[in-house]
Amino acid sequence: MTERAGAQDDWNDLMMRIRDDRDMAAFADVFRHYGPRVKGFLMKSGAGSALAEELTQDVMATVWHKANQFDPERAGVATWIFTIARNRRIDALRKSRRPEPEDLPWGPEPEPDQADAISLQQETRRLGAALAALPKAQRDLIERAYFGDLSHSEIAAETGLPLGTIKSRLRLALEKLRHKMS
Amino acid sequence: MTITHHLSEPLVMAYAAGTLPEAFSLVVATHISLCDECRARLGAHEALGGAILDAVLDAKDAAAPASLAPDSLAATIARIKAMDRTPPTPPRPPRTGLFPAPLRDYAGDGPEAVKWRRVGGGVRQAILPTGRGATVRLLHIPAGSSVPDHGHRGTELTLVLQGAFRDDSARFGPGDLEIADQSVEHTPVAEAGPDCICLAATDAPLRFNALLPRIAQRFLRI
Ligand SMILES: [Zn+2]
Repeated sequence: MTERAGAQDDWNDLMMRIRDDRDMAAFADVFRHYGPRVKGFLMKSGAGSALAEELTQDVMATVWHKANQFDPERAGVATWIFTIARNRRIDALRKSRRPEPEDLPWGPEPEPDQADAISLQQETRRLGAALAALPKAQRDLIERAYFGDLSHSEIAAETGLPLGTIKSRLRLALEKLRHKMS
Repeated sequence: MTITHHLSEPLVMAYAAGTLPEAFSLVVATHISLCDECRARLGAHEALGGAILDAVLDAKDAAAPASLAPDSLAATIARIKAMDRTPPTPPRPPRTGLFPAPLRDYAGDGPEAVKWRRVGGGVRQAILPTGRGATVRLLHIPAGSSVPDHGHRGTELTLVLQGAFRDDSARFGPGDLEIADQSVEHTPVAEAGPDCICLAATDAPLRFNALLPRIAQRFLRI
């Protein structure tokens, strides 16, 4: 189903090496895996091949540049790269601004909670498996929503995917943070 | 702040996907700034975006990867070297007034910084500059007054920042978001207490004199 089963952990490790050690070999691995995916995403979103290549290089350079913001307790590598690619697309293809929520005073912690990062990874992997198991028509509809093919009023209210478990985990992390702040 | 009216599932997904018009994104980002529940929901929907990016299903699948230019990695490393010399953008300073950071970028720290215009009935408004596809404005409604009829033709999002308004079925206080479409016919009234300040976005031109040419409507940004 995937080219490297259970590879999520490896991507997190590689991303940590980019973040903490500025490891260029680790970056090359992440680039080879995610570069073509980012380019495919941008082309499905309406970019021509040349523009998509240009934007992909920019997105992947941002992955290196903003690696210090990568926090495996909040988002896995794929999720984090997705948000960078999405923002670049809004900028370049839709030529509009994206208002972002207020920043929370959390960044990568000096001593991250390994257990939290691992359970988020496990739930994300389960989400990927559930997505792959959807009937093709339904999966296509969800993918089109993310490629920008559907307006918000055309998006179905229920995906049938296990998003609630990830939400609950992130909600707990936010509660912990609020507790620390008060 | 106790929030009872949240973003709908399609709105969270569209914001996670990055496909909402700027005016709607501003309302969504402002609500999320006030609401940890919807912030967590956004994180889950972004994880779905990551799962789509990560999916390797089959070549005919919509999410299939595209092959890179032969010199792609070398070109990216050259970009990295060039970017390393640009200074990082400083983080946004913490909130001091009523408006959360995303709204502050458009309208200043709070209501006192806004250039209000009277629109009748004691109500004041300020239209904020955003890209095409939808418009967004701040509304200042005196306590006890009616919220002006916004004539829903498309979708309208109304986020309460201060005070509260009430219609037949529900009360909307600070942080609450009302989602209305064509089917909603109502005349909400601002509660007694502090004046009601709302952020309202619509993806349809507001109902206006039908004889007014469309071009004028666009010019007036209503
Ligand atoms: Zn909410």
